Amino acid sequence: MAEREKLTIAVLSGDLERALAAFMLAITGAAMGMEVSVFFTFWGLNIIKRNEGSIKSRGIMRKMLNLINRGGSKRLKLSKRNMFGLGTWMMKRLMKDTNMPSIDEYITMAHQMGVKLVACTTTCGVMGLSPEKDTFRSEVDSLAGAGYFLGEARESKVTLFI
Amino acid sequence: MKADQSLDCIGLYCPMPIVKTAEKIKELRQGEVLEVAADDIGIKQDMPAWCHATGNEFLGVEEEARGYKVYIRKSK
Repeated sequence: MAEREKLTIAVLSGDLERALAAFMLAITGAAMGMEVSVFFTFWGLNIIKRNEGSIKSRGIMRKMLNLINRGGSKRLKLSKRNMFGLGTWMMKRLMKDTNMPSIDEYITMAHQMGVKLVACTTTCGVMGLSPEKDTFRSEVDSLAGAGYFLGEARESKVTLFI
Repeated sequence: MKADQSLDCIGLYCPMPIVKTAEKIKELRQGEVLEVAADDIGIKQDMPAWCHATGNEFLGVEEEARGYKVYIRKSK
């Protein structure tokens, strides 16, 4: 069989709708037989933080950042019309009513379909996220830097920045 | 059209019919036909594109009261 086409996605945003779009494209790519990697950086890291417990970090500024910017798939908000959570609640409700998977379900699906989920080491460092396993959910495959992203991107048929 | 296996994607929006088709097609043998029922109109464009990308044969789409029936032949 010929070498599989690659799809590489960088996710900078932690907005709910952007995260959904990223995962929809990632699993569609996998369904189309592509080799898919999704690289999470800056606010995108919020999507793959585990939902339970607190995020441990060192230093007062980082502690504050990780308190305010807790992240986790269940805490993502819409970038527009959030309306103090009402808009996001309504969107999630509409998604459920139309049988659309949640972000959690998309993450599980992507993982099962062999989509590689990669956290950016540099932003982890800056934001004080310790690269140990317990910061991120178990579906996250590895941590890597810009070199990895560009290495994948230059071999990819499709590269997206979300 | 006669199909060897069928898949019900009624009530599912893009990209789920494609994702489920990719999973289901593994159960078919080469040359067999899969019938996918869906009511998301996107299927009319998405399924030919999926077939083109995966090397399967798109046989056609039939409009029905509840939506669409799409036929695919597993080619490899």
